[in-house]
Amino acid sequence: MNKPLVLAYRLAKWFPLTRGIKRALQRYPIIYARAVDIIDFSIYQGETFALVGESGSGKTTTGRLLLKLIDITSGEIYFDGIPLKDLIGYPLKVFRRQAQMIFQDPYSSLDPRFTIGASLEEPLIIHKITKSEDERKELVAKILEDVRLIPPEEFMWRFPHQLSGGQRQRVAIARALILRPKFIVADEPVSMLDVSIRAEILELMRSLKEKYNLTYLYITHDLSTARYIANRIAVMYLGKIIELGSSDDVIEDPLHPYTQALVAAVPEPNPELRFKLKEIKILGEIPSSVFIPPGCRFHPRCPYVMDICKKVEPQLVEVKPNHFVACHLYSGNKLYQEIVQGELQKNVKPL
Amino acid sequence: MIRLRAVLLEIRNLKTYFFTTRGIVKAVDNVSLSLDKGEVLGIAGESGCGKSTLAYSIIRLVPPPGITVDGEIIFEGKNLLEIDNETFRKEYRMKKIAMVFQGSMQSLTPVYTIEEQLYEVFKYHTDISYNEAISIMSEHLKSVVLDPSILKRYPHELSGGQKQRIVIALSLLLKPKVLIADEPTTALDVIVQAQILNLLKQLQAKYGTAMILISHDLSIIAELADRVAIMYAGKVVEVAKSLDLYREPLHPYTQKLLKSIPRLREKIEKLEFIPGVPPDLRNPPPGCRFHPRCPYVMDICKKVEPQLVEVKPNHFVACHLYSEATTSG
Repeated sequence: MNKPLVLAYRLAKWFPLTRGIKRALQRYPIIYARAVDIIDFSIYQGETFALVGESGSGKTTTGRLLLKLIDITSGEIYFDGIPLKDLIGYPLKVFRRQAQMIFQDPYSSLDPRFTIGASLEEPLIIHKITKSEDERKELVAKILEDVRLIPPEEFMWRFPHQLSGGQRQRVAIARALILRPKFIVADEPVSMLDVSIRAEILELMRSLKEKYNLTYLYITHDLSTARYIANRIAVMYLGKIIELGSSDDVIEDPLHPYTQALVAAVPEPNPELRFKLKEIKILGEIPSSVFIPPGCRFHPRCPYVMDICKKVEPQLVEVKPNHFVACHLYSGNKLYQEIVQGELQKNVKPL
Repeated sequence: MIRLRAVLLEIRNLKTYFFTTRGIVKAVDNVSLSLDKGEVLGIAGESGCGKSTLAYSIIRLVPPPGITVDGEIIFEGKNLLEIDNETFRKEYRMKKIAMVFQGSMQSLTPVYTIEEQLYEVFKYHTDISYNEAISIMSEHLKSVVLDPSILKRYPHELSGGQKQRIVIALSLLLKPKVLIADEPTTALDVIVQAQILNLLKQLQAKYGTAMILISHDLSIIAELADRVAIMYAGKVVEVAKSLDLYREPLHPYTQKLLKSIPRLREKIEKLEFIPGVPPDLRNPPPGCRFHPRCPYVMDICKKVEPQLVEVKPNHFVACHLYSEATTSG
């Protein structure tokens, strides 16, 4: 594929927890929630990259970091080759135009007092894209047509409460697209919608991607929609990427025990293929990101836990071509051993 | 409808309407369904199709301004809708028919411990002693894979999955004959969702409880249900065994619904979807309610409402496409 549009290098975001006045006076050490804990990945131009994980895995925080909605704790993000960390002023505004977000909840992401037209016009006004009102109206009408809210002249004057969930999400997509961005972070865009409407929104996202040559970061907890829309999938667990590969590889041949459980846990519409109890070996729930287990983060829930897992944190390495996993089970793998033997820097391709 | 199976609960021509200031919303309109002993019946449909209202009608908790205006719910030879409120509360709700509510994680009171909340069920419905109640509670908590020490905790100390398990344990405390689960896994993560579904399946087999499982997601229903009813705009449009429904969906709505599910285990190039939106139930379209969105719409669909008929053994559908089959058969 072509060059990376977004590159995250040793990216981390730690949120400090409030201590209370007594502990602050006692110089009690600050405790951090390690939402994103040193991850590397890149998103290539024109691809759809999915971040999959349970709630609390840090996937939304990663998405917000990439859009510079929150500050980076350490590491760096390069957008089109430009480091984001110290971006301010005009260059930041240019970046904002190029990278947009679609939020999860279409019921709260639109201002109830704004008509759809006013909501869509606002970014154009802020970024001074258009000169006259007529020009703005024309752009708004065009984008509404793109997201199939037809006739646009009618939808422009509606308020959010007059629209269904699917229609609102299409307005949210239109608002993200109106500035003609290159990169869109879609944070669970279909999880609040009924299954029957999901297909329509996913299909719309796919066709808009072709039309406007977009790059998506698709954040979700649902592997089946990720498989449908994404070229590559990264699975996150407690702030780490534990598996990364093409979506077919990750779903048909999951390597990490956690990914295997995630795949087995997805319900199946064919009653003949119902999951058996024994297939889901993972017990319990994701721990808090404040108390991350030592060694491999997943070891307390892992059915194949070994001694080494409790001590040494596994690194994300390429076990098969373009299929990366962070798990000690694959330490017998040749590629893995080469890397362990200090070849780390040379062998690891930029992900 | 002649059935040879042991029918536990039978809903006949149920109508639950909401009398709002802006018109009458016919949320459940002339629905007939039956539930056999020990069976899992899935009810699927888009949001706003009346599936939750149907559940609330059975347990007689339809929130105002909703009123069940007509119909019968026959349970153990009695019409549940004719029993007076006090008897229903004491003898039926929780004791014989229990419900796991949608978003039930929020249905635990934050100011009471789990023990106090579970004990309330015994206090109001039985006269067994506190110690006996505690031992039954611990046993039930063990069956939902929770440690009995959790009894002393408050809801905010527990995770979403744990709360959901407690709500399930709570609903099964008095060994009801019918359990209604309304979207029991929304807002849970995939792995926890699978754990909860497995748990429901085990408990259902263990106690032999008949279950009505309500969800908008056909794949969740397919995991558990023996039979599935598809609802659209307040009507049941198709009822069949879950395998028959998957292999050979008859109603165009069901066909479209099945094709719109993103699949994990099969590569699908293009998903289909149902254009348009469900109708406004204050003023539903005449004839078949699906006709404005139906790809096979005929003239008759716009005028005559199709009835639910048995097109194949145990496979009922309400669609004019199959009306010839029924008249000739």
